[in-house]
This record gives sequence, structure tokens and C-alpha cells, in this order.
Amino acid sequence: MTSAGTPLLEARNCSLRFGGIAALTDVSLRIDAGELVGLIGPNGAGKTSLFNILTGVYRPTEGEILLEGRPVTGLAPHRINRFGVARTFQNIRLFGSLDVRMNVRTSFIARLRGGLLEVVRRGKTFRSEEREIQEEGRRLLAYFGLEEASILPSRSLPYGDQRRLEIVRALATRPRLLLLDEPAAGMNPTEKEELKQLIARIRAEFSTAILLVEHDMKVVMGICERLVVLDRGALLATGTPAEVRADPKVIAAYLGEEHGEEES
Amino acid sequence: MHEFLQQVINGLSLGAIYALIALGYSMVYGVLKFINFAHGDVLMIGAFAGFYAVPMIHGIFPDPWTTTAAVLIWSMAVCAVLGVVIERLAYRPLRNQPKLAVLITSIGVSLLLSYGGQILFGVNQKAFPDLLPPIRVSLGSSVTISGNHLLVMAVTLLLLVALRETIQRTRFGLALRALSQNRDAAALMGVNSNAVISLTFAVGSALAGAAGVLYAMNIHSIEPLMGTLPGIKAFVAAVLGGIGSMPGAAVGGLLLGLTECLLGGSDLSSYRDAIAFGILILILLVRPSGLFGSSAAEKV
Amino acid sequence: MFHSSKALIRNPRLALAAGIGVAVLLQLGGGWIDPYTTQVVLFAAINVILAVSLNLVMGETGQFSLCHAAFMAVGAYTSALLTGKALPTLLPHLSWTGSSWASQVFFLPVLLVGGSVAALAGLIVGGPSLRLRGDYLAMVTLGFGEIIRVLLQNANFVGGARGMEGILPATNLFWAVGFAVLTVYTMIALVRSTYGRGFQAVRDDEIAAAAMGIDTTRVKVTAFVIGAFFAGVAGGLYAHAVEFISPEGFNFLRSFEIIVMVILGGLGRPVGVAIAAILITLLNEWLRDLSQYRMVVYALIIILFMILRPAETLRPLLSRVLPGRKPAAS
Repeated sequence: MTSAGTPLLEARNCSLRFGGIAALTDVSLRIDAGELVGLIGPNGAGKTSLFNILTGVYRPTEGEILLEGRPVTGLAPHRINRFGVARTFQNIRLFGSLDVRMNVRTSFIARLRGGLLEVVRRGKTFRSEEREIQEEGRRLLAYFGLEEASILPSRSLPYGDQRRLEIVRALATRPRLLLLDEPAAGMNPTEKEELKQLIARIRAEFSTAILLVEHDMKVVMGICERLVVLDRGALLATGTPAEVRADPKVIAAYLGEEHGEEES
Repeated sequence: MHEFLQQVINGLSLGAIYALIALGYSMVYGVLKFINFAHGDVLMIGAFAGFYAVPMIHGIFPDPWTTTAAVLIWSMAVCAVLGVVIERLAYRPLRNQPKLAVLITSIGVSLLLSYGGQILFGVNQKAFPDLLPPIRVSLGSSVTISGNHLLVMAVTLLLLVALRETIQRTRFGLALRALSQNRDAAALMGVNSNAVISLTFAVGSALAGAAGVLYAMNIHSIEPLMGTLPGIKAFVAAVLGGIGSMPGAAVGGLLLGLTECLLGGSDLSSYRDAIAFGILILILLVRPSGLFGSSAAEKV
Repeated sequence: MFHSSKALIRNPRLALAAGIGVAVLLQLGGGWIDPYTTQVVLFAAINVILAVSLNLVMGETGQFSLCHAAFMAVGAYTSALLTGKALPTLLPHLSWTGSSWASQVFFLPVLLVGGSVAALAGLIVGGPSLRLRGDYLAMVTLGFGEIIRVLLQNANFVGGARGMEGILPATNLFWAVGFAVLTVYTMIALVRSTYGRGFQAVRDDEIAAAAMGIDTTRVKVTAFVIGAFFAGVAGGLYAHAVEFISPEGFNFLRSFEIIVMVILGGLGRPVGVAIAAILITLLNEWLRDLSQYRMVVYALIIILFMILRPAETLRPLLSRVLPGRKPAAS
């Protein structure tokens, strides 16, 4: 259990540079257990870079990342996942040659108890473990309406289903923080509406905090209780949707431009 | 000390040959992003082309230097054609296939050339004739540069400069550089990628052809499996310099040649090849992009 | 295929038992098989072990390795040293001929030790180099293979470049076929489990696999070490079948031959790979009469196969094996 004072995730003054190019400059961020936070900003603002340092894909050049108060800066992605952080990808990264069930099953590998020999021997531990994993995978897929598709190769799914499968796969690692990287990208308005409901349900059912990168303002404003705005790699503003919407800096850097586009 | 200087000279000469071969690897890797395993065997064909042409060419040009130049040009031409044919028949059908398919095909081409060579040319070693009179330029008391060494260095220098100028100044060079950056974008900009790739193979194979003759002149004997070892060593050189980088290939070749000759003179000579690979492995592990290459992280 | 996975979780042990039974029968009731056929079967079984184990590395995990024959060499030399020098010295009063009970009883631990030393070599090679991708990994493994060969050539206590002669002919149909069956079983059992899906996940998308909590380096090294172990066992069987080994017999061409089996059999399909290994063994026997034309025919088959093979069956698996996404250096 998280004590009241310790945030689930805390990034302190993180910077990320590639050679001379600064992707992130002095970004601090705090997410509490169960929160739903939206991360917005114009293209190239550093949203995905922030995801990548939070999940260990890149090590921040400076700064510190804490999960429930424990430093995890620079840990490998799989270690960070075991600390309870799971993610989806902006450009879908499913295991293309595996079927839908197997894609979900990979998320259980890190928690397997039986070793290599047990697998080859097909012993008791192995069999009961496989049964549990199958069962939990089936439940998850059913919950997200992907049961029918479970034996199809993941790459043959329609786009929206692929995005949902990525979420299922991430949830199967039992995260306490779920990072969704533009889950609504490429979706039509109906699908986006469904996605909003889905995110709300995930949060309730799986008691996980969610950090959501999204371009679509309607999605973000509609469901997030707190927004973090990035611009050119730096933190521009943070607050409730109403506060952020009213922030002149944000309007200047992002919302104005974005609204202008939407209305035209 | 004299021994050391002598080995430096030998090393530079050997390294120059590696550099010529390495350039071919790098050029092909630049445009097609695969390791052309058959490159070393193209070198072998170049050596044999030279070997069989020497009597005739010598009949036309009695002067040894002219003969050598003509043999070099002839071998380069043969290899250029061979390179284009290989690319056309074996690699182009796989242009949009995974790199592994092309890599394996190139291993197949390599085996075809070397074992086909055994059938055509015979299994036994053949003595490669001395094209040049035995000139020795003395530097100090016991250090000498042979005519062969001079030739290797001169030819390499000439070809390197010619290649540099070609890449920097011609339309082909521009297209080649564009293709190396991004094949799709280059195609959209109107670069005829098939033509450029053919020409790349022609140029790279011609360099291997020249290297084949020079190598044969230095080791004095040729046989159909001779291309494998210098081929692999030159690949090490290309990686050492940063594969895809032209100056890198040249510098990598020289460094590898020097290392090899300096070790060759020591007690470690029987481990020479193992050490070359040891270097390759260390470089790849410590600095995978080589000395002159640019690193590329996968975008997430 | 997918529906039967539940049954397959239980069935392979049955298949294993049946296969071992066949190996026993071959050994006991195979007196009518002539020596030449016996030898071909031994070679086929050894090639099955080699190809199916390399398939775990290349086909399932998507790591291109060019040094499988070197691991085979490690196993071959280790086991030959054990049966040729260590055991007769330690237990001089026992009879050490190919079919003596002592050599047959000790052959299993000898093969396992050979495999383990090869696995250790796999760990040493794979540990640092599996961070590399695609053709760079290919070159490093090629380099390691050559280094092992050069070291053997310079090691006088194993005969140097001349090799080792007079190795105990302990390999028989039981050991060869038995281990071939065991290898195929192990690979299938491994891959058809949640644990084994990790290999394929790494092949399909390393970054996503890591994000799902899979230690990708560990998975790759595991595949490499298991592959090397079985290659080492195959080496031990080979050494004690042909009675003579030399460093040249485990060169790059041998590795390449195994790769060809894996590719012809279909990357990631253990049974197909095993069949391909048997077919190539037979092909080698037929081509043996062609002597110097053999390698040419072999090369042509490979080139034609790669060009003519329906692209679609290869692409999904191959595209991950060697991603060609490295931007060029300027």
C-alpha cells in the first residue's frame, strides 16, 4: 500500500539529451495511486520521450525517477515493468507472429515460478501454472471483448482491436501505473467514445493509475482529472482541465493552435 | 627497430589492399544494408582473370609497368561485370525481402564462386607471375620497400582519390549518397535506384578486382578459396572504420593491416587470424558504430 | 493447430517415450542394417540435433548465429578428451572399446559434460554479443567461431591442425537417435509453453517484450546456451561416430550447412527443421559422388531456394531476424 505522502511515481528534474539536442529539459512530474493524468503538448513536445524515460527505454541524462519512493532511474525496461509500470506504444508493437492469446500470455513470463527444467519436464507446477495463465488470459480477453479473436494472429486484427489488445497485454502484467501512448490515434469518433469509457472502466476495475498521452483534446479533457502540458521538452503547465484551458501560456503554445486547426 | 619499420611498411601495403576490399563492402552496405559475403570471391575471380590475361597482355605491352596497369584494368573490368551480374541475378530478385534472405544468398554465391572456381581453375595453387622487376627502394640500412609495395600503395591511393571525387562530384555519387540515406525518399526524388545499385556493385567489385591482382602479386600464388580470408578481414576493416563510411573503410583497412603485420612478426603469428577477429568483436561490443560510423538508436 | 495446444502440453512426453523406444529397438533389433546405412542414420540424427537446436536461436528467438559448428567442436573435443584420455587414465582396469560396457555406461555423462562445456562457451560468446543485432551479431558469431577454430589448431594436446584420431566408436543408433528425439522433444516442449513464448516475443519485438517485463538479454542468452548445449552433445556423438576430428571439420561452412537446414525447414518450425536436416543429410550422401561438384550444387540449391521460395512464408519470421533499419552512416 502506498502511504499517503509518497506518490506512486515521481520524476524529479529529468532531462534527456541526444548529442546536442534536448528532448526533455528539467521535467518534474508526480502521479498518485489511482490517478488519471493526461499528458498533452504539440508534436515534438517530448511526450513520448517522457514515456521512454519513465519506462526505462532511455536513461535520463539528468534527474531522478522514483516509484513509490524507490529510485528506478536507469533501470532496464523489464525491471521497471516489474515495479508495476506498463505501457502501450504509439506505433503499435504487438508480437505479430503470435496469436492474440499468446500476446497476452507473454505478459505472465516475468512472474513464472517454474524454471526451465520444469517446463521441459511438464511437471505439476508447470501444468497448474499454465492453467492459471490460460484462465486469467481468457478472462482479460473476454473483459475487453477480444475473446472471439483469441486464436487469430495479432496482426490480422482490425486497427482498433490491435490498440485494445496492446492495452490488455499491458494490463496482464498487473501494473499500478499504465502509460497509454496515443491510444485514440487513428480511431473514428465512435471508437474514441468507446475508448473513453474503456479507460474509465480500466481505472475502476484494475485500480491502476493511468498516464495518457493523447492528441485529441476531447478525449483528454473529458476523462482526465489532471493535465500535464509539455512544450519543447519543458513543463509548461499542470492542473485541472479547466485550469489548463484557461492558462494563457497553454493557449499560446498549444490550445490556440490546436483549436484553430480543429475549427478550420 | 628496423624490423619494426619493415613490418610497418608491410602492414601499410597489406592494409591498403584490405582498404580496397573494405570499400566494396561499405559501398554495398551503404545502399543495400547487407553484408555481401561473395565480395571476397569476386577478389579471387579478379586474381584469376589477371592470371590468365598476363601472357596475352604481356605480348601487347612488353613494358612491365604498362603490363601491370593493363592487367589491373582488365581485372577491374571483369569484376565490375561480374559484380553487376551477381547483383542482377541473385540479389535483385530479393530486393524487398528480409536482409537475412539476401545475406544467405550471398553466402550461396560465395560458395558457388569458390567451388565453381575449383572446377574451372583446378584445386591446386597456381604461381602468380612477377609482373614487376624486383625493385627495392632502401630506406636506411635494412628497411626496404619493394616495387610491389610501392605499386599497392600508389594504386590504392589513386583509386581512393578517384572514388572520393566520384562520390563527391558526380551525379552517380550524389545518387549513391542519397540512396544510402533513405532509399525510398531517393526513389521519390527521381533517383533510379536499380541503376545506382548496379553501378555501386560495378565500382565496388572493380575495387575488389584491383585488390585481387595486388594481393596475388604479393602472396605470389592463387587458388579458388583464396578470397575468403582477405574478404573476412576486409569486412573486419570496414566494421572497424564504421561500415558505410568510405574514409572509415580506408583507415580501418590500414589499421588492420598494420596490426596484423606487427603481430605477424611476433610470437603470436599463428594466432593472427584469431586476433583479427578478437579486434572485430571488441570493436563491435565497445563501439558498434566503428571509428567513423554514426550510431543509430531504434525509434520507439 | 492452436486448438490442439492443450493436448500438446500433455502429449509430447508420450511422443518422447515412443521415440526413445524406437531408438532402443533400432539398437537391439537393427542388426540387419548395413554399416553404410547405419552411418547415414547416425549423421541424420546428429544433423537433426544441430539444426533443431540452432532453430531455437535463429528461428524462435531471431538471433542469427554463425558459430553453431564451433559449439559442436567444443563438445566433440571435450568428449573425445574424456573418452580418449581422462577415463582410461582414471579407470585403467576397465575395457575401453567402442562397444564395451564401460564406454557405453560412461558415454551419457561424457556427452552431457561435452554439452555443458559447449553451453559454457555459448554463455561466454552470447553474454556480451547478444546485445548486438542482425548482421553485426552474425559477424561476431562468425568471429568467435573462427577464434575457437584457431585456438584448437594451436592446441597441441588435441593434435593441433592434424586433429584427433582413434576416438572410441561409442556412438550407436541408440545414442544418436535417442538424443535426436530428446532434442526435438525438448525444443517443442520449450516453445509450446508460456515460458517459450518469450523467445518468440523477443524475436517479434524486443522493445515490446522488455516493456512486458521480459528480460530480453536473458531470454536470448538462454536460447543461445541451450542451443550450444545440444550442439555440444551433437559434437560428442559426431566425434565418437567418425572416430576422427580436426578443427577444419567445424569451420564456417559447417555452421552454414546447419543454417541452411534451419531455413529450408522453415524458421521456427522444429519438425520441419528436423525433416530438412534429414533430407540434407541424404542430399549430401547423393552428392558425395559428385565430389567437387557437390559444393557447387549445394550453393545453387541455396540461391535458387532463396530466390524462388514463396516470399510470404518467409517474410513474417525473417523480417525480425535481420531488421534492415539501421540508417546509413554519412
